[in-house]
Amino acid sequence: MLRRVLESLSLTDSFMWLTGGAIVAVIVVGSAATLSMGRYSGRHWFDFIIFGLAQGSIYALIALGYTMVYGILRMINFAHSEIFMSGPYTACYVAMALSRSGFLESQPILSLAVIFIVAMAVSTVIAVLLERIAYRPLRTAPRLVPLITAIGASFFLQYTFRGLYGSGFQAYPDIRMLQGAWLLGPLRILKIQVVVILAAALMMAGLYLFIQRTRIGKAIRAVSEDKEIAALMGIDVDGMIVRTFVIGGMSAGAAGVLYALMYRQVHFFMGFIPGIKAFTAAVLGGIGNIPGAMLGGVFLGLFESLGPNLFLDGLGVPSPNQLKDAIAFIMLVMVLIFRPTGILGERLAEKKA
Amino acid sequence: MALLEVEAVHAYYGNIHALKGVSLTVDEGEIVTLIGANGAGKSTTLKTISGLLRPRQGHVRLANEDLSAYKPHQIVAKGIVQVPEGRRVFGRLTVMENLEMGAFTRTDGKEIRQAAESVFALFPRLKERQHQVAGTLSGGEQQMLAIGRALMARPRVLLLDEPSMGLAPALVDSIFDTIKQLHATGTTILLVEQNARMALQVADRGYVLQTGEVILSATAENLRSNEMVRKAYLGLT
Repeated sequence: MLRRVLESLSLTDSFMWLTGGAIVAVIVVGSAATLSMGRYSGRHWFDFIIFGLAQGSIYALIALGYTMVYGILRMINFAHSEIFMSGPYTACYVAMALSRSGFLESQPILSLAVIFIVAMAVSTVIAVLLERIAYRPLRTAPRLVPLITAIGASFFLQYTFRGLYGSGFQAYPDIRMLQGAWLLGPLRILKIQVVVILAAALMMAGLYLFIQRTRIGKAIRAVSEDKEIAALMGIDVDGMIVRTFVIGGMSAGAAGVLYALMYRQVHFFMGFIPGIKAFTAAVLGGIGNIPGAMLGGVFLGLFESLGPNLFLDGLGVPSPNQLKDAIAFIMLVMVLIFRPTGILGERLAEKKA
Repeated sequence: MALLEVEAVHAYYGNIHALKGVSLTVDEGEIVTLIGANGAGKSTTLKTISGLLRPRQGHVRLANEDLSAYKPHQIVAKGIVQVPEGRRVFGRLTVMENLEMGAFTRTDGKEIRQAAESVFALFPRLKERQHQVAGTLSGGEQQMLAIGRALMARPRVLLLDEPSMGLAPALVDSIFDTIKQLHATGTTILLVEQNARMALQVADRGYVLQTGEVILSATAENLRSNEMVRKAYLGLT
């Protein structure tokens, strides 16, 4: 019996399971060691969790764009990270103008609204143009062709923005309202992190209701499932694809502003790492699955924020926070080994694999 | 004057000449059936009418209006609705959501609810399962849903592609009963079937398709007694 099981395991399978097992062992031993060391107090862990949630909600918002476009076109839109970058980058100049005129100081809420609207509009326009110019003509081409086009579009946008605005970092103006912290008994919470978490949660809830409840949302789901039949039901398939890019662009633009407010700077290359992370989050949650992308984003944010200190500090790894990107991608490898369809991806496996 | 008119249509899949000058008409209130072997071009004819395939020559007209400039979703809005082969309901949407998608071209919420009620009157089983995800329905229920979904658009012409395919004999009977009921309420139907015996029982007229050409057209009664049809499609001698 045992022999038959062993024989049926291929070399790569057993290697993958061994790797997975080793990583799990490191995580368990490391966490136990860290916790027994007691270097971090509850207050520290609370900080890690809030930071992870804030970072994760931004990933989740970006991941929605990846997952929805994948759902409807079966294509990874690798230019999505530049859709994320373009909005807040452009809005930065609006914010600086508002700051110079003193309007930002006297009307911070109105100014924030303007910044968000500009960023979301720019990101949306770029997303829609990409679909129209780069992807629609390739709708019937083999799947590799639009993928390569997406990578090309990503570079094109990065260097266009670099040409337009320069290659340096651009500081986002300070918004005093969002600085400082609130005190919750012994705990301090940074205001900006609370704002990021609440804004992202609100947008995701709205988007989820839109997709689940409205006529257009249901039509987008119908097109994701079967384009030909959707057309036979009188649904304008191209129109729904454009709407999907609009939703992805809007949430990426909003996520970009939240990101820029948290890190207070923009750069033409700023989309790359969050974009890759959000793509990871989308795969973690099960690509094509909207709640999966939200869950995957928050999960990845938490893992990345808690992971280095919790898993590695106890093992005596020096400055473990520098390894947070490595931890995020190890997480992806783990999920792909143990659950290739992602956390919520079971329905996907039967349909699209 | 015919409600639906297909005139000398030539259609291609890539280089394959699938329809070689097919002409047919369907009058208001009629059931017309297209019979023929696999690959004769029956489904292709329906695809061309629905606009999924563009005719390279020839015309499709609805009430004398040429449809060649319209996209599939616009043709639905004109009143031609297809129940596709193999049912193809939206498996991850609920029964009710599937029906709502069928009514996508209509926007009046009250009319849509009425249409749903009349679909439920026709298929009480769907009412029981209206909140269930369509992928969990049985084959027969999915066929009911596929027909109900198409009826939600209040079609002027209903195109049915192989509604009996893959169903148990008892279910085939009930699907054909439904077709008769729809006919009795004045629905115009173009029915594509491999099951020629059943199709010729409910139809008023029929066309026999062979390798992309109409080789015979007559009333259903005459087709039933035609020597060639009896041998080739009804399995009688």
